[in-house]
Amino acid sequence: MTKKIEAIIREEKLNDVKDALREIGILGMNVVEIRGRGRQGGITLAGRSSTYQVDMLPKIQINIVLSDHNVEKTVQTIRSAAMTGEQGDGIIFIYPVEEVIRIRTGERGREALHYAGDIDSR
Amino acid sequence: MEINSGDTTWLLVSSALVLMMTPALAFFYGGMVRKKNLLSTLNLSFIMIALISVQWLLYGYSLAFGHDIGGLLGGLDFAGFTGVAGTPSAYAPTVPHILFASFQMMFAIITPALITGAFVERVRFKTFLVFSLLWATLVYDPICHWVWGAGGILGRLGALDFAGGTVVHITAGFSALAFALAIGPRKGFGRVSIEPNNIPYSVLGAGLLWMGWFGFNGGSALAANGLAAHALFTTNTSAAAAGLIWMILSWIDGKPSVLGIVTGAVVGLVAITPGAGFVTPLGALIMGAVAAPISYYAIKFIKGRNLVDESLDVFACHGLGGLWGALATGLFATTSVNPNGRDGLFHGNPAQFLIQMASAALVLVVSFAMTYGLAKALHAVMGLRVSDSEELVGLDISEHAERAYA
Repeated sequence: MTKKIEAIIREEKLNDVKDALREIGILGMNVVEIRGRGRQGGITLAGRSSTYQVDMLPKIQINIVLSDHNVEKTVQTIRSAAMTGEQGDGIIFIYPVEEVIRIRTGERGREALHYAGDIDSR
Repeated sequence: MEINSGDTTWLLVSSALVLMMTPALAFFYGGMVRKKNLLSTLNLSFIMIALISVQWLLYGYSLAFGHDIGGLLGGLDFAGFTGVAGTPSAYAPTVPHILFASFQMMFAIITPALITGAFVERVRFKTFLVFSLLWATLVYDPICHWVWGAGGILGRLGALDFAGGTVVHITAGFSALAFALAIGPRKGFGRVSIEPNNIPYSVLGAGLLWMGWFGFNGGSALAANGLAAHALFTTNTSAAAAGLIWMILSWIDGKPSVLGIVTGAVVGLVAITPGAGFVTPLGALIMGAVAAPISYYAIKFIKGRNLVDESLDVFACHGLGGLWGALATGLFATTSVNPNGRDGLFHGNPAQFLIQMASAALVLVVSFAMTYGLAKALHAVMGLRVSDSEELVGLDISEHAERAYA
């Protein structure tokens, strides 16, 4: 089975997470700049002479598709790299993936995901 | 009366510096609105350069500086710049008359542009154009005549206004408050967060305003002399003091806000405007330092209670900053700085303080009342605001069919 990990993290943690994932053999990913809020509901910024509430904060969403036996290890890697212990560290969603097709070769499923030096070849 | 090339050069440069202040103001304001209204906000200031330039040529200059009619208004003898030539006039005996008129034109342009901060993000552009033309004609030109025109009532009374604390800032600030009351708040005001789209634009705008103000105040000496240099230095001092104090005030309330620091500097520039060529550098330091808390706590009070959506705080910064400056000029003015000026309260002439108070009071009441009446009348005839859906989409798209960024 193939899964998709969708991790919402702090903007400033992207490099740490990317480096940590490379260590365990995950190179392929895509990244989206998003805005959102969680339980915290936003933060307060300084204005001219008062403060104002900003409720949608910039975050980074990392998308990774991989075999399900690698999911737990990847999730722990992301957590330890992205965590500060403060509110706003983010959240991880995991979805089942129906099918994967590589456009250039037409490979499907696990074949389409495989590359030299990836997490499964270690 | 003979042309002095040094004086003429300085006033040419000053005219260019003051012209630059209007696009600088556009960016100062543009940074503070939402992205969907950025172009609209920039344009509200920019279009004033075009509109008022034409008005000034056709009859505006003449209403302000033409032959006096009862101390209230200039006649139409200079309409179409008739007789406004390359030779000097009594207003500035060492520079071409047409240069004095050009320098004054830049003030007439920026004043209605200042008001736009009150009604950004919701004003109907067509109505705004009509309002600005009427405001320049019925409010700015007469009040300019009262203070600076030969025979004007406030000038005769002895009111001191070196570079427009009353003519520019009190008129704009109190008109802004009146217009904001007439047009009503932006949709969602006080309920949703209205976040500045680009604070760097505001920093850039404030920096260019600071620089332009050397022409505004320094040029108001109308000569390249010690008084111009003095005005440049007092201007810089007041801005510096107000910026520093504003930083401290916002630090006490949390963090030293950058938007706050640059706003403080602008408030300091406003406050020193009427006194730049009349007060000492130490007087300017105090004028700037006191201006900052006045405007700071006014914004906090007005915005904290959602009393009125005077969106970019024109009233607190220019109205109250200008009022403080006019009154403080009546305290700190000294003939040791400028023998053609007068002494203030702290230099043994309490009457000057009363004159400053009376002239400021007259101008603020007339500005407020005229603007409120004009805005209400135009609202009845053509509508002050865009529709709710146009406002939600943003004025860049709904009024101009353009967007700031692709």
